[in-house]
Amino acid sequence: MTAPTSAPPAPSGPLLLDMQHIQKAFAGVTALDNASLGVAAGEVHALIGQNGAGKSTMIKVLTGAYRRDGGSITFAGQPVDFASPLAAQRGGIATIYQEVNLVPLRTVAENIFLGREPRKWGLIQWPAMNAEAARLLTELGIQLDVKEPLGSFSTAIQQMVALARAVSINARLVIMDEPTSSLNEREVETLFGVIRGLKARGVSVIFVSHRLDELYAVCDRITVMRDGRTVYAGDMQGISRLQLVEQMLGREIKNAGAQTGFVKHKGSAGAKPLLGVGGVVRGTRLQGASVEVGEGEVVGLAGLLGSGRSELARVIFGADQPDAGELRFGGQPVQFRSPSDAIKAGLGFCSEDRKAEGIVPELSVRENLTLALLPRLSRAGVVDNRQQAEIVERFVASLGIKTSNPDQPIRELSGGNQQKVLLARWLAMNPKLLILDEPTRGIDVGAKAEIQRLIGELAQEGLGVLMISSELEELIEGCQHVTVLHDGKTVANLAGDEISEAQLLHAMAQGLEPEDMPRPPTPPQVRA
Amino acid sequence: MLSTNAKADRAKRTRLLSTLSQYGVLAALILLIVFGALRYTGFMSEYNFSTFLRYNAMFGLISLGMCFVIMTGGIDLSVGSVVAMSSVVAALLSPYGAFTALLGAVLAGALVGLLNGWIIARLGIQPFITTLATLLGARGLALLLARNQGGVGVDTSNTVFTWFGQGDLLRLPVPGVMMIVAFVLGAVALRATPFGRHALAIGGGEDASKLMGLNVGRIKLGVYVLSGALAGLAGLILASQLGAGQPTEGLGWELSAIASVVVGGTLLTGGTGSVWSTLVGAMLLGLIFNILNFENGKGIISLSPYWQSVIRGGFLLLVVVLQSRLARQKGRS
Amino acid sequence: MSGEINTAARPARSGSGGQGLLADLKQVLPSILILLALLIFNAFFTPYFLSVQTLNVNLTQVATIIIVAMGMTLVIATGGVDLSVGSLMAISGVLAPLIFLNPAFASLQGLGIALAFVVPVLVAGAFGVLNGLFVTRLKLQPIVATLVLYIAGRGIAQVITNGQLQSFTTPAFTYIGLGRPFGVPFQVILMLIIVALTYWVVKRTVFGRYVLAVGGNETAAGLSGVPVSRVKLAVYAISGLLAGIAGLIVIAINSSSDANQVGQGMELDAIAAVAVGGTLLSGGRAQVLGTLFGALIIQLIRFTLLAKGVPDAAALVVKAAIIVIAVALQQRRRRE
Repeated sequence: MTAPTSAPPAPSGPLLLDMQHIQKAFAGVTALDNASLGVAAGEVHALIGQNGAGKSTMIKVLTGAYRRDGGSITFAGQPVDFASPLAAQRGGIATIYQEVNLVPLRTVAENIFLGREPRKWGLIQWPAMNAEAARLLTELGIQLDVKEPLGSFSTAIQQMVALARAVSINARLVIMDEPTSSLNEREVETLFGVIRGLKARGVSVIFVSHRLDELYAVCDRITVMRDGRTVYAGDMQGISRLQLVEQMLGREIKNAGAQTGFVKHKGSAGAKPLLGVGGVVRGTRLQGASVEVGEGEVVGLAGLLGSGRSELARVIFGADQPDAGELRFGGQPVQFRSPSDAIKAGLGFCSEDRKAEGIVPELSVRENLTLALLPRLSRAGVVDNRQQAEIVERFVASLGIKTSNPDQPIRELSGGNQQKVLLARWLAMNPKLLILDEPTRGIDVGAKAEIQRLIGELAQEGLGVLMISSELEELIEGCQHVTVLHDGKTVANLAGDEISEAQLLHAMAQGLEPEDMPRPPTPPQVRA
Repeated sequence: MLSTNAKADRAKRTRLLSTLSQYGVLAALILLIVFGALRYTGFMSEYNFSTFLRYNAMFGLISLGMCFVIMTGGIDLSVGSVVAMSSVVAALLSPYGAFTALLGAVLAGALVGLLNGWIIARLGIQPFITTLATLLGARGLALLLARNQGGVGVDTSNTVFTWFGQGDLLRLPVPGVMMIVAFVLGAVALRATPFGRHALAIGGGEDASKLMGLNVGRIKLGVYVLSGALAGLAGLILASQLGAGQPTEGLGWELSAIASVVVGGTLLTGGTGSVWSTLVGAMLLGLIFNILNFENGKGIISLSPYWQSVIRGGFLLLVVVLQSRLARQKGRS
Repeated sequence: MSGEINTAARPARSGSGGQGLLADLKQVLPSILILLALLIFNAFFTPYFLSVQTLNVNLTQVATIIIVAMGMTLVIATGGVDLSVGSLMAISGVLAPLIFLNPAFASLQGLGIALAFVVPVLVAGAFGVLNGLFVTRLKLQPIVATLVLYIAGRGIAQVITNGQLQSFTTPAFTYIGLGRPFGVPFQVILMLIIVALTYWVVKRTVFGRYVLAVGGNETAAGLSGVPVSRVKLAVYAISGLLAGIAGLIVIAINSSSDANQVGQGMELDAIAAVAVGGTLLSGGRAQVLGTLFGALIIQLIRFTLLAKGVPDAAALVVKAAIIVIAVALQQRRRRE
C-alpha cells in the first residue's frame, strides 16, 4: 500500500467537513474501518470505490441514516451527530440521491418549497412561490416552467431542482450520489455548470460517481475507499486514471496468486460454442454488447458499475427484450420472450440482487431450492415429496449449505448459504448455461472460495458459465475468457494470458494506454 | 432548456391526454344531462334537480373525504357505517337543538376518523384493514345507539333540523348547498393550503416527504378526520331527510365513494387528486340512476332500476382501463 | 417482509412446506388457544353450550364465510384482494332457482338440479377469471379491479331477477343447506372438505407453492420461471368458484333467493377471517388453518356475546377490536 491512508495533503482552505476514524459494523460485519473523509469549503470532492467499499455507508453515517460505532465528525467547525437525514439537512447537509428524492407528481416550485411554502392567512401564495422558484433556478442557469409537474422533466432537471431546493435551504454541503448515471452528455455538462456555480457560492459538493472522466472534469480532490477503509485522498490532478482504478480495485493482490477457490482448467481452445450474443442494444444502457460462451467455459463479464453487465445478463435470460442484436444458443438463433423460455432452453440466472430478485424470503430452503424445478418434480401438479427431499438433501450436502433443516425460512440463512441455495436452484435443473451476476458478493471468505471452486468444477463437467464479477482475481483466476464492457459496449475480449490485471484495468478504464497520464478537465465522453 | 424537443412533445401529448381524461368525465356528465333534457320531460325541472341534489349530496360529501384520503395513498372503508352512526347520533340529539345535532353528528364522524388515523399513523396498520375494522365497529355503535331498532325517530318539532335535509336556501336544496360549500372549501384547501399540498405530497412519495420535513403522521390523521367529519355531515342529512336515524343505511356507500373518486380520475395509488373531478364523478354515477328512472317512466323500454349498478360498474371499468392506458403511456415517456 | 429473526417464542409461519399437520397447527397456536378459551368459557357459563345443537348452529352460520375465506386466503397470499365475492354469491344464488324452477326441466328434474349446482358455480368462476384478467392483463390494482364486479355483479343478479325474491321448496336442492347426513349439516361437511382441499393445495401442489412465491417475491418468482400471470388468474378464478358454491348454500338455507341480500358484506367477513387468521395483506403467506380458526373465533365471540344477552351490534364492535388487535400483534411480532 503506497497511497496515504490518512492525513490527506492539506486542501486549499479550512475543512468544512472532517470525518475521522469512522467505525461501523452491521451484525458483526465491519462496514467501515477507520475511514476518513475531509472536504474543504467550496470544493468539489470525489468519493469513489467499488460496490461494498463503504462509500454509501460513509454518507449514511454522515447524514444520520446510520449511527456510527466510533470516530468523530466535525462540520463547519462544530462536532456534529445528526439523528436523521432531516436533521442533517437542517444542519446544512443536503443529499441528492440517484433516485431523486422528490415528489414527481407535484410541480417544480412545490418541490423546492415543500414544507415551507410562502403563506398569507394560511393560504399558499402561488405567484410568489413560483416567482421565487423560477429565480432560484435561473440563478443555477436553468429556465423552465416551474408550474409543471416535476415528473414531466428529465432526471437531470429533477436533480437540479433538488439542487435548487438544497441551495434555498442554505445547504453548505451537497452530497450527490451517482447523479450522472442516467444523464446524457449534454445534461451532464449542464449539471457540471450548476455544480461549478455552487462552488462559486462557497457550497461544497461530495460527488459520488464511477465515471472517471467526470471526476476529472469537475472534481478538485478525491477520496478512494476500499473494504471500508480510506485508501487514498488527494488532489484530483495528482492521480492518473490507471492509478485510480488500481486504488479502487486493490493492487496488492497482484502477485499474491491463488486468492480464489478457482481451479482453472485449460483446453478451452476448441470449446463448442454454446451462447453467442452480438450487438445487443437496449435503451441507453446497452449500446452494442457482444459475448460468446462455449461449453465447459467460464467466461467473465467485466466492467465498471453502470457498464451494462447486469443489463446484458437480463437480456440474455429473456427478462428484458433487446431493441436490436442477435442471440444464438446451441447454434440456433433464439429469442427468449420470458425467463421461462430461457429456462426451458437450459439457462439459469442468479441475479446480483439476491434479496430483491433471488430469494423468496418467507419460503423455506427446500421451497426456494426447488422453485424452478417444480414442474419436473411433480406428477399431475402434486409435488413429489420424496424426490424433492432427495434432491434437496443431495444439494444441501454437496454444496455444504448450512441450515438447521430444509424447512428453515431462507431469510434466516447467511448470505453465502442463501447464494448456495440459489445456485442449487439452477444446478438442480441441469442447465447448459448459468449466468451468475456477482456470485460471491457479500459472502464471507470461506463460502466465497467454496462457491468459486464449485463454479470451476461445474465448468469442467461441461457447464457453460457467464460470470459477472467486479473482483479482478476472480476474473483472472477463474475465467477462460473475459469480455469487458464499457458504457454498454464490448470494448475488449481477453483470453488466456491476456487476462491480466493490467489488461483488465486498461480495458475497464476504457482502453487507455498505460502512459495515459492525468490531464486537464475534459468534456465528458459521448454516451447517447 | 435541457429537455429535448421530443421529450417536450411527449410531455405535451401526455398532458393533453390527462386533460382529456379529466374533462372526458365532465363531457360525459354534460352529454348525459343534454341527453336527459332532450329526451325526458321534467328532467330539467326544478323538482328533479332538487331531488337529485338532495339525495346525491350525501354521496358527494363522502366522496370528497374519500378523495383526500386516497390522495395520501390510503383508503377509508368506514364512511358508510359512519354515515349510519352519525344519522343516529343526529336523531338522538335532535331534541336538544338543531345545531347540537349538527355538531354531534360531525363530531361523531370525526372521532371515528381520528381513531382511523391514529391506528394507521401510530400502529402502522394498513388503511384497508384498519377502516375495515372501524366499518364494523361504527355499524355496531350505530345499532347500539339505536337500541337495535330499525330507526330512531327525529324530533319533528325541530324544524331547523328538518330543514337541514329537506329545506331550501335560495331555492337550492340545503344538502346541495352544504355539498357545494364543502367542495369549494375542499378545493381551496387542496389548492392553496399546506394541508392539501402536503396530503398530495405524501401520497406521491411518503419517504421523500418525510425527508423534506413533513409531519406525515399528522397529515394522515387530518385526512381521516376530514373524511369522518364529512361522513358525519352526510349522516345528519340522512337523518333529517328520512326523519329518522338510520342505523342500517349506508351499506356499501364506501365503495360507491371510491368509485366516484376513481371515475373522477384520481389514482388509488395516491399523489394525485382533483376535488372537482370527484364531484363530477359522484354526480355522474348518481345521474345514471336518475336517467334510468326517467327512461322507465317513458315506458318505451323497461329497464329495471337495477341496471344502474351494472352500468355504474361498466362505467368504472371503462374509466380505469382508460386511466391505466394513460398511466402506461406516461410511464413510457 | 425481511429482516426477521426467528425467536423461540414466536410460532413459525406457514409456507414451510412439507411439514406435518401438527407443525402447522403449532403455527396458529394463538388462534387455537383463544378458541379453546372461548369454548371453555362457554362450557361453564353458557347453558346448553355443549350440545350438538349449539355446535351445529355455530358451524352452519360460519360455513359459508369459511368457504369464501379459503379463496380469499389464496388471493391475499398473492398480494391481492377480492371485493367481488359477495356479488358473485348473489349471481350464483339467483341463477340456481332460475334453472331448477325452469319449466324446461319439469320432466327432467334430476338434470335441472344437477345443472343448478354446476352452472351457477361455473358462472361465478368465469367472473372470477374476469377479475383475474383485470388484474393481470389490464394491470388494475386488485381493489379497483374487483370493485368493478362488486358494483356490477350485484346489479347483474338484480337485473336477472328484477330484484324479485325467488322462493322454492325443492328438497333435492336445499339439501346442501338443510340436509344433515349423519346428523352433521351438509354445508359443514362441504366446508371441511374445501378447507382440507385448500390446505392440501397450499402444502402439496406446485400451484400452492407458486401462489406463495408470487406473493412473497414476484420478481424472483418470475425469474425462476413461475407463470406469475397464470397463477394470479387462477386464484381469482378459485375465489369466484368458491363464492359461487357459498351462494348456493345461502339460498338453500333460506329456501329463497334474494339478489339484494345474498352475500351482502361477505367480502368484509372473509377478509376479516383471513386477517385474524394471520395472513397479512402484503402476501407471501397462506395460513389456511389460521383462516379457519379466525372465522371460528369471530363466530364464537359473536355467539358468546349473544348468549350473554349482549346485542349483535356490540359483537360488531368487539369484532372490530379483535381485527385491529390481532393485526397489530402480528405486525409487532414481525418487527421484532
